Amino acid sequence: MSKHVQPPSLVTTLAGIAMDNPVMVASGTFGYGPEYADLVDLNRLGAIVVKGICLEAWNGNNIPRMIEVRGGLINAIGLQGPGVDGFVETYMPFLRQFDTPVIVNIWGRDEAEYEEVAARFDDVDGIAGLELNISCPNVKEGGIAFGTDLTMASDLIGRVRKRTSLPLIPKLAPNVPQVGLFARAAEEAGADAISLINTLPAMVIDIETRRPVLANRVGGLSGPAIHPVAVKQVWEAAQAVSIPVIGMGGIETAADAIEFMIAGASAVAVGTANFTDPTTVVRVIDGMADYLVRHDMATVGELVGSICE
Amino acid sequence: MQIEKATVKTHEVVGGDYRELVLNAPRTAGSAVPGQFVHLRVPRLDGSVLRRPFSIYRARDGVISILYKTVGRGTEAMVAIGGGDTLDLIGPLGNGFPAELAGETPLLVAGGYGVAPLSFLASVMDVRGTIFIGGASARDILCVGDFESMGWTVRITTDDGSVGEQGLVTLALDRWLAEHPEAKPVLYACGPDGMLHAVGQRAVAAEHTAWLSMDKHMGCGVGACLACVQRIRGEDGSESWKRVCRDGPVFDAATVVWE
Ligand SMILES: Cc1cc2nc3c(=O)[nH]c(=O)nc-3n(C[C@H](O)[C@H](O)[C@H](O)COP(=O)(O)OP(=O)(O)OC[C@H]3O[C@@H](n4cnc5c(N)ncnc54)[C@H](O)[C@@H]3O)c2cc1C
Ligand SMILES: Cc1cc2nc3c(=O)[nH]c(=O)nc-3n(C[C@H](O)[C@H](O)[C@H](O)COP(=O)(O)O)c2cc1C
Ligand code: FES
Repeated sequence: MSKHVQPPSLVTTLAGIAMDNPVMVASGTFGYGPEYADLVDLNRLGAIVVKGICLEAWNGNNIPRMIEVRGGLINAIGLQGPGVDGFVETYMPFLRQFDTPVIVNIWGRDEAEYEEVAARFDDVDGIAGLELNISCPNVKEGGIAFGTDLTMASDLIGRVRKRTSLPLIPKLAPNVPQVGLFARAAEEAGADAISLINTLPAMVIDIETRRPVLANRVGGLSGPAIHPVAVKQVWEAAQAVSIPVIGMGGIETAADAIEFMIAGASAVAVGTANFTDPTTVVRVIDGMADYLVRHDMATVGELVGSICE
Repeated sequence: MQIEKATVKTHEVVGGDYRELVLNAPRTAGSAVPGQFVHLRVPRLDGSVLRRPFSIYRARDGVISILYKTVGRGTEAMVAIGGGDTLDLIGPLGNGFPAELAGETPLLVAGGYGVAPLSFLASVMDVRGTIFIGGASARDILCVGDFESMGWTVRITTDDGSVGEQGLVTLALDRWLAEHPEAKPVLYACGPDGMLHAVGQRAVAAEHTAWLSMDKHMGCGVGACLACVQRIRGEDGSESWKRVCRDGPVFDAATVVWE
């Protein structure tokens, strides 16, 4: 018998953002909201993180942009997007209809663009926070160049921090030797939370034609194949900082998400699994509540960082 | 669009590498229009994260069917789908063909499994026209009986001449266009990219309307991931990527920008 007669609470406050539960959707895997609205009740999501936005509309890479591999997929979309104004005009009226916090994932080709994009969202109604993408492997400038160099990452986060009053969540690259150093640098530069992991740089070659399959030649690996890598990076990052950590990478089930929370994540995001099964987020939320009941926990917070070592 | 759990009614070889999978999917069947597709989760495909898109071949009385060719890991795994399986599909997806005609003659052009959505299209049109079916050999020529029983004229071409006329499907199409200089046709095409390009070019040159159903590798199938994009020219002449899954798969040939 459970001690707690009340259903367990999944309520999570992260970087000042109040969420009904700690399960969000990962940037680039859920569009801007309307795409999945017929299939998923958007009010049930902990938060919606929209696809990466830079200053002006951006074309992204040529096709093929995506290829399935064992245990995941490699994408090289190249951050196609409508730009700040296009996003705000086209999608914010829709997103404001829901109670779910909206986190905008932003990027730039240089520091100045990152700063400008961040500043532009300060006056936009209905935005709960900014996720700063310094870890995209699919653009030549910006992206991962910042996320794999400690000085550049720290400098960029500090500069963006000065230009926004919104909660700022740098998204870290997984392919660094000591992710804890990047996590701490982000905290010291003024981040309110950090999220990780972004996709891992990866490639597929067609052996008949001997050509790379993706037009961009290389892309980013996501899906269940990267989950254990992500758990390790989240575990390391969480120990290095006192700000909250958002864990993601290969979540398909509640168990995968719970693992991140035990490793130290205060919240999680579902990415590639939205494509496989759009009901994943809702299944994860329900499964997490069941787990708390089974383990006699009253709040999801008890799970965070509860790893036994 | 919705997620539907569909039970398998029948699953049979229709010739060569092609199979027809018939599913009880009342909600999808109830709203599907020709040219739309379903995004199917292939059962027992270990380590797979992506669904596979298939055009709706028939949709009637709570039942849909798809006609598929085994070409890779996913479609080969589909061969094992049996009577007891419940399949997870998202559908109906995409825009579909504009089927309304204003006195024009419909000309359908199909390559391989491209006949599937065109057979569905022919079944909802109240006028009869001509269908041009092309393939590598006799094994790739499907659904001829569908069209004949609906009173359509069928023109077949194969690369090896094993059935119909030897040559590309555009050979037969070009002849029809030359023999009917006064005709006002509307073209509908579904098949490999090269065929769509060739049909599109002819239609644009002759100022005929042509609707092309594009085949692009897909991720989400609902417009979220931007994997399936096609360059499209807007009314103001500017080019941008459109999502084949959500803005298509059917596009006006005059707007398609070829590589
Ligand atoms: C709207 C739409 C409707 C369709 N309708 C039908 C239909 O009615 N019947 C039917 O049989 N098929 C249809 N298809 C095609 C069908 O979806 C594919 O044949 C199927 O997904 C192949 O899956 P697979 O796992 O068997 O093959 P895979 O192993 O995924 O690949 C098959 C081939 O495609 C290549 N390939 C894989 N990924 C990419 C990529 N990203 N870019 C370029 N090439 C790649 C592979 O190298 C291989 O040669 C349709 C496709 C679309 C987009
Ligand atoms: C198709 C696709 C597009 C993505 N686009 C973005 C993006 O625009 N910005 C970003 O920060 N991350 C992007 N990501 C990374 C995801 O947000 C996530 O970090 C990663 O996929 C790992 O999670 P998963 O394994 O659950 O997918 C994208 C991932 C995929 C698969
Ligand atoms: S398949 Fe994802 S946008 Fe078309």
